[in-house]
Amino acid sequence: MKLVEIVERLDLKVHCCRDQLDGDITRGYASDLMSDVIAHAQEGDLWITLQVHLNVVAVAAMKSLNGVVFINGKEPEPETLDRAREEGIPLLTSGLPAFELIGRLYGMGIRGAGR
Amino acid sequence: MLTEHHVDLHVHTCLSPCADADMIPPAMVRRARECGLSVIGVCDHNSGENVRAVREAAEGKPVVLGGMEVNTREEVHLLALFGDQEALEKLQELVYRHLAGWNRADLFGEQYLVDREGYAVGINRRLLIGAADLSIDRVVAEVHGLGGLAIASHIDRPSYSVISQLGTVPPSLAFDALEVTGAGPFAREPCDLPADQPPGLRPAPLVCFSDAHRTREIGLRSTSMLLAEPGFEEIRRALRAWSGRRVLRRNTRS
Repeated sequence: MKLVEIVERLDLKVHCCRDQLDGDITRGYASDLMSDVIAHAQEGDLWITLQVHLNVVAVAAMKSLNGVVFINGKEPEPETLDRAREEGIPLLTSGLPAFELIGRLYGMGIRGAGR
Repeated sequence: MLTEHHVDLHVHTCLSPCADADMIPPAMVRRARECGLSVIGVCDHNSGENVRAVREAAEGKPVVLGGMEVNTREEVHLLALFGDQEALEKLQELVYRHLAGWNRADLFGEQYLVDREGYAVGINRRLLIGAADLSIDRVVAEVHGLGGLAIASHIDRPSYSVISQLGTVPPSLAFDALEVTGAGPFAREPCDLPADQPPGLRPAPLVCFSDAHRTREIGLRSTSMLLAEPGFEEIRRALRAWSGRRVLRRNTRS
């Protein structure tokens, strides 16, 4: 499904790149370790994390991810936001904790394994 | 005779991808001298390859301690500082063996190897921003085994700190010092406990360094210590409050 539909259905706050929400999301990846995302995330994934620092955007760009959702209402740091605009990576926030958010995404057909 | 020395043991160079290209030895030395620093610690991410160049440029003023900021498996940052080059190189070899991946300079920044004049002599292609596949326990043990100092980096930061990643400063990790930023919850804590605390129970002193990623940041935060002379062994003694040496004060400038 398109990221914009996920945004609407889960009432995610959009921090930037509002015009770049047309990416197709079929898979998600959840991790708070940059090294883990670098090793295991796949191109096009939606990344669920609580990390809001600058490296999140660099790693998302490195892995060509389709967007990052911050959980527990966390907001990106200013430098993170600036960088995301530069790289064209949508940054979103959910007020939900990770487990609940991911469960709902799974219920919408987003998977974490395979392609 | 013990005198007061200002030290900044957390300074990056242009080798760290997130540091400015202006972090070259001559500029760093000039700035350190302007700030009245007796000792600086050169700590690039997962690498010590620019240490020698900075030390040569400094010609003893300031004294340059060689080290690196290791990024552990848990993504905790710690400073590993050494009194001798050989020990630094042994840690380097261990870290490189456990560090996977290649840098994306377009995303993380370039990683310049430079000489004492600041001319680029090469590029480090490893993913220095990555996490070495070494636990924090292992890194602390290895650093101590090599005779070095292990200082937990910026413990009050919300990322890459022992508290952000592990939730606490585990008592089992024998850090020689804990680096705090100037503000934050540790601002009013004293540097050290009174000297009458039994050595085994004395917690690690709180210190403050710049974590400079650009030249103008060098010395913005520093730690004043009472030392017989500026150097590695004296700093080790001060961190242990041994025989009159001690950590006096954390300094922050705006």
